Amino acid sequence: MLLDVSDLSVAYKGVSALHSVSLQVQEGELVSVIGANGAGKTTLLKAIVGWEPAASGAISFAGDEVTRMRTHLRARRGIRIVPERARVFTHMTVYENLMMGVYGLQNEVQVGERLDRLYDLFPILKERGSQLASTLSGGEQQQLSIARACISKPKLLLVDEVSMGLMPRLVDQVFELLQTLNREEGLTILLVEQNALASLKISHRAYVLETGDIVLDGDAKELLADPRVREAYLGV
Amino acid sequence: MDYLVNVAIVISIQAIAACGLNVIVGYAGQISLGHAAFFGIGAYASAMLTTKAGLTFWGALPLVLLIAAILGFLLGLPSLRVKEDFLAITTIGINFIVEAVFLYTPFFGKALGIGGIPRIYVFGQRLNNQMLLGLCLFFLALTLLICWRFTRTWAGLSCFAVRENETAASSMGISPVRAKLSAFVIGTVFAGLAGALYAHYVRFISAGDFGFPVSISMMSMVVLGGMGTLWGPLLGAVILGILPEVFRPLIDYRMFLYSLLLLLMIRFQPGGLLGEHSFVRTAFRGLTGKEKGGVAGV
Ligand SMILES: Nc1ncnc2c1ncn2[C@@H]1O[C@H](COP(=O)(O)OP(=O)(O)OP(=O)(O)O)[C@@H](O)[C@H]1O
Ligand SMILES: [Mg+2]
Repeated sequence: MLLDVSDLSVAYKGVSALHSVSLQVQEGELVSVIGANGAGKTTLLKAIVGWEPAASGAISFAGDEVTRMRTHLRARRGIRIVPERARVFTHMTVYENLMMGVYGLQNEVQVGERLDRLYDLFPILKERGSQLASTLSGGEQQQLSIARACISKPKLLLVDEVSMGLMPRLVDQVFELLQTLNREEGLTILLVEQNALASLKISHRAYVLETGDIVLDGDAKELLADPRVREAYLGV
Repeated sequence: MDYLVNVAIVISIQAIAACGLNVIVGYAGQISLGHAAFFGIGAYASAMLTTKAGLTFWGALPLVLLIAAILGFLLGLPSLRVKEDFLAITTIGINFIVEAVFLYTPFFGKALGIGGIPRIYVFGQRLNNQMLLGLCLFFLALTLLICWRFTRTWAGLSCFAVRENETAASSMGISPVRAKLSAFVIGTVFAGLAGALYAHYVRFISAGDFGFPVSISMMSMVVLGGMGTLWGPLLGAVILGILPEVFRPLIDYRMFLYSLLLLLMIRFQPGGLLGEHSFVRTAFRGLTGKEKGGVAGV
């Protein structure tokens, strides 16, 4: 078990946003969490990276409990996130942004090799390497954010709503890319999405989150066929 | 001539302190309105060690820098808990406390301050003002070199990342605590160095030399020149060092003018004269046709 979230509750100023959520991700899996606005998807990821403290419950990563560990220490163990709205460092160049992704790992990661691989996937990042990240379009920033999170070859990649702000063609490309990273590089991914159809299509398993509770979970193919999911999230 | 040398010495000393402040404010994005406290701590430490403990300037200097570093580390600690406005107030508070300690403890000579601070010797040679200027310029060059190097180290990059987005930075394995503390320590060490040079230049110091207005003028230098740029603090120190000499009659309005300048800069050129979108940089770009970006850009 790579990631084991058990009975996790998170509250904002006493108002509960996640109630006893349990979720597991095995190594090599691509798992998605789908849910409507405000369901608590981002909150779940924030708790896993350590941006929000757990009110109760436990989070273990690769066999060790990390529930109270600070964010940067979790990151060093191999958890990376593509956050909501990309959050690239706009005052840094594209290249500098990518370099921040290997902070502290310069000796462990074959940086040149990783860059070549990522430039293959996102040619725009090579072209714009010396430009400030603020000059990239929203979709390009999203690509930079993904590349920055992947460059260190993380053990677990958390992805929060990558499809937001991307044009439909790019959305397909990004989901394809996540699938490639998962299938070819063996990258374990936990994907959080409102775009249920696209994410279920590439996932092995999925969880459905509704106002802080996991109401359904199972094989992604089965969920795609589930009438409740179809009605609530696929609009059919 | 001697007058010019004196002005230049003061400017270079202030530029060293301003470069230090720039590491804290510009590179790490932490507000500090109490930088003069560390300038004072450097000055008093060097003055005490040379007059009371009988050390030479050079013998005292490592200790002075160490004291500044330790106190900078301690000042950095509140920055981990409080943000923006509170940090501004906390650092102002630190400035007043340090000034009060110098002013009211007999150990530091109370209102009389400390006199009889020895001149600096280099190779057995007593430095006159011209030579002292040379030494100050040497230290200024060293300061700029270290700042420039710092922007190219991982520690420097992590400061920039934390300044821009602490949460995002932490998810890349950067410890915001370490980044901020390293900036505070480097910044206060430069302030301590400047303070030591100042003490051995004026050779008589008192608490008033290190009050809150001095912190404001240092901050003005950084903001005017361009926060987070390499040369900005130096440019700011030169401009604010020369202006009062040129406009002697306005000296009483100095604080008012500094405040006005700060407001105008923040309104019209928030990046400072050498900042990313400043008219100076735009003009320079127009001249050279060269585009330079990124945090490591000077
Ligand atoms: N910083 C915060 N302070 C207070 N309440 C918050 C905060 N962040 C989120 N919430 C609340 O917690 C709940 C879950 O929010 P969360 O951002 O996790 O939802 P989400 O599933 O990611 O939604 P979306 O699809 O819109 O991104 C919401 O009711 C939200 O209002
Ligand atoms: Mg969200």
